Amino acid sequence: MRSYILRRLLLMLPTMLGITLVTFTIIQLAPGSPAELKIRADQTGALGEQYTKEVIEQTKKLYGLDKPIHIRYLIWLKQVATLNFGESYKDHRPVMKIILERIPVSLQLSLTSIFLIYLLAVPIGVYSAVKQKSVSDRIITVGLFILYSLPNFWVAMMLILFVGGGQFFHWFPVYGLNSEGADQLPFIAWLGDRLWHLALPVACLTYAGLAFISRQQRAAMLEVIRQDYIRTARAKGLPEKLVVFKHAMRNSLIPIVTLAAALFPAILGGSVIIESIFSIPGMGKLGFDAILARDYPVIMGDATISAFLTLIGILAADLTYTLIDPRISFEART
Amino acid sequence: MSGQDTKAGPASFRRMVFGRFRQDRLAMLCLGLIAVLFIVAICAPLLANNKPLIMRHNGKLYFPALKGYREFSATDFKKMAEALKAPEFALFPPVPYSPTEYDLFAVLNPPSASHWLGTDDRGRDVLSRMVWGSRVSLSVGFVAVGIYVLIGIFFGALAGFYGGWVDASLSRMIEVMICFPTFFLIITIIAFLPPSIYNIMIAIGFTGWTGVARLIRGEFLRIRQTAYVEAERALGAGDFRIIFRHILPNAIAPTLVIATFGVADAILIESALSFLGFGVPPPTASWGDILSQSRSYINFAWWLASFPGAAIFVTVTIYNLVGEGFRDAIDPRLKQT
Repeated sequence: MRSYILRRLLLMLPTMLGITLVTFTIIQLAPGSPAELKIRADQTGALGEQYTKEVIEQTKKLYGLDKPIHIRYLIWLKQVATLNFGESYKDHRPVMKIILERIPVSLQLSLTSIFLIYLLAVPIGVYSAVKQKSVSDRIITVGLFILYSLPNFWVAMMLILFVGGGQFFHWFPVYGLNSEGADQLPFIAWLGDRLWHLALPVACLTYAGLAFISRQQRAAMLEVIRQDYIRTARAKGLPEKLVVFKHAMRNSLIPIVTLAAALFPAILGGSVIIESIFSIPGMGKLGFDAILARDYPVIMGDATISAFLTLIGILAADLTYTLIDPRISFEART
Repeated sequence: MSGQDTKAGPASFRRMVFGRFRQDRLAMLCLGLIAVLFIVAICAPLLANNKPLIMRHNGKLYFPALKGYREFSATDFKKMAEALKAPEFALFPPVPYSPTEYDLFAVLNPPSASHWLGTDDRGRDVLSRMVWGSRVSLSVGFVAVGIYVLIGIFFGALAGFYGGWVDASLSRMIEVMICFPTFFLIITIIAFLPPSIYNIMIAIGFTGWTGVARLIRGEFLRIRQTAYVEAERALGAGDFRIIFRHILPNAIAPTLVIATFGVADAILIESALSFLGFGVPPPTASWGDILSQSRSYINFAWWLASFPGAAIFVTVTIYNLVGEGFRDAIDPRLKQT
């Protein structure tokens, strides 16, 4: 087991290098150099000439813009390795510090969503498969299909319109993470307030994944129910409950767990839209605001760290997979 | 099933797949709806335009919706049509508004007899903008997916056919791309490039190829072991010939499924980009763009939110249903109903 984890960690190194290469390539796409844009931004900000010069020097040094491209990449690599992404153009705070403030918020959103997805999708999928071809199975299948095709930004708008005080009911807040003055509340009340604020954005991030995982769970369950060992279990007179939950469901879960690795980047990406709509200060909104403001250090930092987080998420899902499936030997897999 | 196939002679895989697909009524219906959408997109100038389809003026016939006439370059056809007397006439398209035609006297009108789906904040006809917006959605969907299918096939075939270090490094590359939150990557690329519909297609194309690549790689790994590939190699065929003539045609079918789902995805991405203001540059109409206008008027302009939202939803759904149909037809074992 330990050697497997070690090998996986070693294999992460080339992937991380690749991630830095992609982010580096993207920054090269930017119109003009970051330094040039910074000057332009500062000119409109009517800052002193002395300051501008200083800023150019600083930016040049940060990105090594006066150097050839391969040196620039090495500089970028060094920055990533030391997790020093420079300072935000906007408020001149270190990018890494801003990101570290945002990560817990994004993790709250994405982990809550993934937890809810599995909590709901597994029973739905199992139920739907056990009752295959019944009326309730058909209703569930159609319902999930509709959920899967709904654009999430549209759902977010509709939720705001109907239950977020837009026009009909004002059941949920649609702005930020907490009400004003929530810090003064006792912990339980604070938590309630936080959950109340998270309800709509988490719902928006959850429903598509829920539809996807439920469908996969149903398919996996149908596949397992067909197996001989299920027929054997039934033939030896085990109660149906035991057959479904102990023999069938547990085996059907194995392929479903790895799908979490696919959910993670999708939810992080989706949160760009959802966090922006609900004004939640997470990684997604940070990235989106940085793109709007052309705040390159923040964009690069956000993209790199998001990718690293996803990489860790994929590793975690793979490890869970090897843990729950005893048939997989740790040594044989790479 | 197999009995039928042997009776019909050696049915080709393709014929079997399309035979099965044709029996799927829902998928066939959706394929038909896609065709209708395409007709709407292609015929947009004939369906929603402020120029007459046919006009008789001074004893001559004109087709202003199809052709530009120098003598009418500055003409307001609607005013002109009111002044026409029989036998002169002007026949307008079913939606007699162009998608960019401002009417500041009809701002934010709800659906009515003159504007079937209402007007937006500049008095532009929503139905007309939706008809023209279908062009953006469909072309982005198809071209973006076309790009990534090509990239995916190229990398997947290389990795699966050659194996070894080629496979190892390409697999790393796929893993790198998977790690990025796709939407964030796309929006970053779009923000850095000048705004245009082609850049959206390219951004989606360059970020979406991993699924196809992994699929093709798997198929190649499987097929290159088969006897017929070995036989071909024994006959002295080169790699190029084996890849393109023998393995690829047998490996490509599942790509159709991914590609169909991919078109639905690309349409969603494009509308999300437009919604956030990173879509096709104005004044071109797109569904996401109409939706984003409703954001500021959400208290009363329900028609700006519901109609384009429904258009996106229905289009995505029919593509997904066709994708399901293809999947069931290609591999009936996976059939979920």
